[in-house]
Amino acid sequence: MHMNLARRGALVLAAAGIALGTAAFAGGASATTVHSHSVTPHVSALKVALIAPSATNDLAFTQSMYAAIESLKGSENLQISVSSNEYVVSQAANIIQEYASKGYNLIIAHGSQYGSIIESLAPKYPHVSFAWGTAGATFGLKNVFAYEAASNEGGYVQGYMAALMSKSKVLGICGPIQTGDAKLYVDGFVAGAKAAAASGKFKVTSHAVYTGSFSDNSLMASCAKTFVSNHADVLTGSSQSVVGAIGVAKADHKVWFGTQWNQASIAPGNVVSSQVYNWVPILKQMITAIRAKTYGGATYVIGLGNGGERISFNTKYKLSASVKAAGLKMISQITLGNITVPQ
Amino acid sequence: MSHFFTYSVLTATVATALGLAAPFLLAALGETVGQRSGVINLGVDGIMLLSAFATYFTALRTGNLFYAILVGMGVGAVMGVVTAFISVTLKAEQGISGIGIYLFGLGFSDLLFIKLVGTPLPISTLNPINIPLLDRIPAVGGMFFKQTILVYLAFVLVPVVTFVLNRTTFGMKIRAVGENPAAADSVGVNVVRIRWEAVLIGCVLAGLAGAALLMFDGIFQENLTQAEGFIAVALVYFGAWRPVGVMGGSVLYGLAIAVVLEWKSLGIIPLSASDLAATAPAVITVLALLTVARRFRQPAALGKPYERGG
Amino acid sequence: MSRVSVAAASAWRDPRRFLLSWVALPLSLVAALLLGAVMMLVLGANPINGYNAMIVGAFDGSYALGSTAVQAAPLLLVAVGICVAFRANVFNIGGEGQLAMGGLAGSATALALPHLPSIVLIPLVLLAGAAGGAVWGAIPGAFKAYFNVNEILSTIMLNLVAVQVMNWLLAGPMVDKTQNSTYGLIPETRLLPRNSWLPIIVPNTQLHLGVLVAVLVSVGVWVLLYRTSFGFRLQAVGLSRDASRYAGMPVKRTMTLAMTISGAMCGIGGALLVFGSISHRMVTDGSLTGFTGSDGFNGIVVALFGALNPLWSIISAFLFGGMIVGGDALQVATGVPADMVTALEGLVVVFVVSLEYMRRRSRATSVSPAAGPKAQPSGLDPPQAPLVAAGERGDP
Repeated sequence: MHMNLARRGALVLAAAGIALGTAAFAGGASATTVHSHSVTPHVSALKVALIAPSATNDLAFTQSMYAAIESLKGSENLQISVSSNEYVVSQAANIIQEYASKGYNLIIAHGSQYGSIIESLAPKYPHVSFAWGTAGATFGLKNVFAYEAASNEGGYVQGYMAALMSKSKVLGICGPIQTGDAKLYVDGFVAGAKAAAASGKFKVTSHAVYTGSFSDNSLMASCAKTFVSNHADVLTGSSQSVVGAIGVAKADHKVWFGTQWNQASIAPGNVVSSQVYNWVPILKQMITAIRAKTYGGATYVIGLGNGGERISFNTKYKLSASVKAAGLKMISQITLGNITVPQ
Repeated sequence: MSHFFTYSVLTATVATALGLAAPFLLAALGETVGQRSGVINLGVDGIMLLSAFATYFTALRTGNLFYAILVGMGVGAVMGVVTAFISVTLKAEQGISGIGIYLFGLGFSDLLFIKLVGTPLPISTLNPINIPLLDRIPAVGGMFFKQTILVYLAFVLVPVVTFVLNRTTFGMKIRAVGENPAAADSVGVNVVRIRWEAVLIGCVLAGLAGAALLMFDGIFQENLTQAEGFIAVALVYFGAWRPVGVMGGSVLYGLAIAVVLEWKSLGIIPLSASDLAATAPAVITVLALLTVARRFRQPAALGKPYERGG
Repeated sequence: MSRVSVAAASAWRDPRRFLLSWVALPLSLVAALLLGAVMMLVLGANPINGYNAMIVGAFDGSYALGSTAVQAAPLLLVAVGICVAFRANVFNIGGEGQLAMGGLAGSATALALPHLPSIVLIPLVLLAGAAGGAVWGAIPGAFKAYFNVNEILSTIMLNLVAVQVMNWLLAGPMVDKTQNSTYGLIPETRLLPRNSWLPIIVPNTQLHLGVLVAVLVSVGVWVLLYRTSFGFRLQAVGLSRDASRYAGMPVKRTMTLAMTISGAMCGIGGALLVFGSISHRMVTDGSLTGFTGSDGFNGIVVALFGALNPLWSIISAFLFGGMIVGGDALQVATGVPADMVTALEGLVVVFVVSLEYMRRRSRATSVSPAAGPKAQPSGLDPPQAPLVAAGERGDP
């Protein structure tokens, strides 16, 4: 008897709890849209799939590509499907194969870990275009586009500025895994810092730490804290796990240089600038090529020079005029090709 | 290496380690109480995730950190009711039901995160509280007395839980119920009720641990805990079901992580050994396991649902 | 022993209890699915579309079935490993690490011996996988048997160690150096030799040899557990270490062996993940579950639903694999994130495990009162009494 009542009561409680929790959705923000409808009927619709290792609202890697492709859905008449948080490579492989076999025209595999999948699958679906980023190899296949971000360029600019503005001359660099655009960015940042130190004749400490994970926020936060405890007053990092590090910057009143996405909104008082990726131009090129029946064979690089990357200065942060001028000068130098950023 | 053995670096490393250890410690203390009463809860990680999200969401919407932490604890309490009901009243298999709760917490916390939070923003987190006078002590002051309130709470709870377990009637009942529930029952202890209470305490502390982790990171993310809750459970075994031992294990683990990060940031660990160095915390714990004498055995009735009579 | 047989006999006498035994599992599934439907509704998705997408994605057509089977194979092996360990009363939650170690051992073997013909290389890499997992299972097994170190602690820690070792190896000594190194090296091995790729056994699907291997292993283990003296020893040790020791059984060796076999099963699963993969390389993204996809944990759930019986686990692994494959289809079709499936899994586990109570309650009432306290289910670290009894349910 007692048991029955207790059991019933608790079941009700559990159901109520779950119902309440899910009912909260009703008033919640809407999720990312998945299906999009064509707007311009005169061009045939292109089915595009995006596979990414993190969430579409990660304020970094995935969001940059998601925002870019979504912005083109109307003008290019795209039907977009998104599979996010696909960090388990074997499952991503299944999904990519699904999309390919279901007649998608363009499959964007947004993550260097997907390379082996593309290499293996692309030959089986010669009429599907595979776009792979951010590691820059097409495997010599006719239906693979490779894209990458010359994030070392923006890294160089920001590293240069960081070294100039740092009072302690200790910089904190938190990388995820030593690959892809993350490694490029870190290398560029360190190079820029050293260049500033060389020309300004001061010493700067700019060790990079790789946490070993793209997704471990706590580890990134700990990494940032470690740097702060070592007197770093300027921090930077790459990947979707940097929000933890940015939180630390905010709490400890340090400054942050961002990459992949405009991260000023995360900590308006602490983010100096962000290297923002704009994938739209290269996506347009790919889509045009696909419509012209060329499904791959090209490598696209976004950089400071071609509008694919830009340094977005946070208007809410009062950056010293001299540092900003130095940064702008570096940008123009790189754009003009006067400086080759070491990799 | 000489850089490492400087006053300021050592101080900072230990301070970071303690901050890192706090969520582990809170969850592990809660699990200790539950396990002393005979109930294993492997769902700690799921509970931590749910409460971390609740804390984050509340802080995001209200800006009130205290309220947010309370909500986190509240979520822990709700999950405690569910866990206790399943493990104690329904006498379900504790190991497996715990994994079920973990999976549910993992999936549901992220579902809520995706649907309720558009673009995630960091919350303003707890400020460290410097304890006056004590924080001026050379070396030690910087290490121990400049933490946030949740860290202090975690360490203060160690003697509190020890006291409760060893010196109060309630604690005695918990231990009795964990060692020999039939005997305890025969002298009038309400086994079911004591286990319920112990599990509730455990889950509230797990909720607090989730809140502490969230405060440490400043933002929520899918799978924020990265299996930290399981490590907390493992630490209970490591600490031989004694709060002091659990504290030792948590601090050891936190220190291992902090030292590795520190050495990486100072360039002591080269980039090529970066991944191998990441094994250090787990390896150290396993090694320590072997060296610590296995003097203490687990509560005799651990994991065994109690059924009165035949 | 007698308690179990009494229960078995009486299950047939009382239709109500019979119903509970057989209906509880599907009922709890239904309950969880209903809750899932509620969640989907609130998420703004049509549950009918959602479940339909899942079912179609997982089971509609030979291709889908093949994908589901492929997803299920490693799960089945982990589950089988769990069954073995549980039989000896050891809770193996080290599946994650054992999968990784098995994958590494298999990959290393294939990369070292690329010129062997398939007929030799494939069994060899599977055996290597088994060996890798076996070692990783033997360690906590020996710790428990000889040093009384609790296996929950050691397996959890070893999982962490294994993931980091895997990350280090794949990014370092085992990395594919022929990659374009401008952008850093992706943590993956070289392309594995063609002779080691598990052949597709049903054309136009993904269904590879590994699925067959998993099923055969599962049957083999069933025989081992229920038809050999070793299996009997395992059970005896599981029920009572002291009694077994008194009876002269080598308890410590048996326990270690149980964990070793358990690890070996997971190791084969890891090899399947590598050699049955689409990318034909061992690759990870550095995260805790980037390689395993949480198969080490999901396998525990599969074992539960298979009532800890290797044969029933075949079915539950297939259903579970379907849930995972369906989850991806769900996300594509309705925009409901795949986390929904994870949460659903959790709910199903909780419901199933809770309803066990009803079965056990009804069974307990049939035991003669004279048996007294000894008739209590002697729970344990891992589930045993109720699920040992359940094992007899599925014991043909």
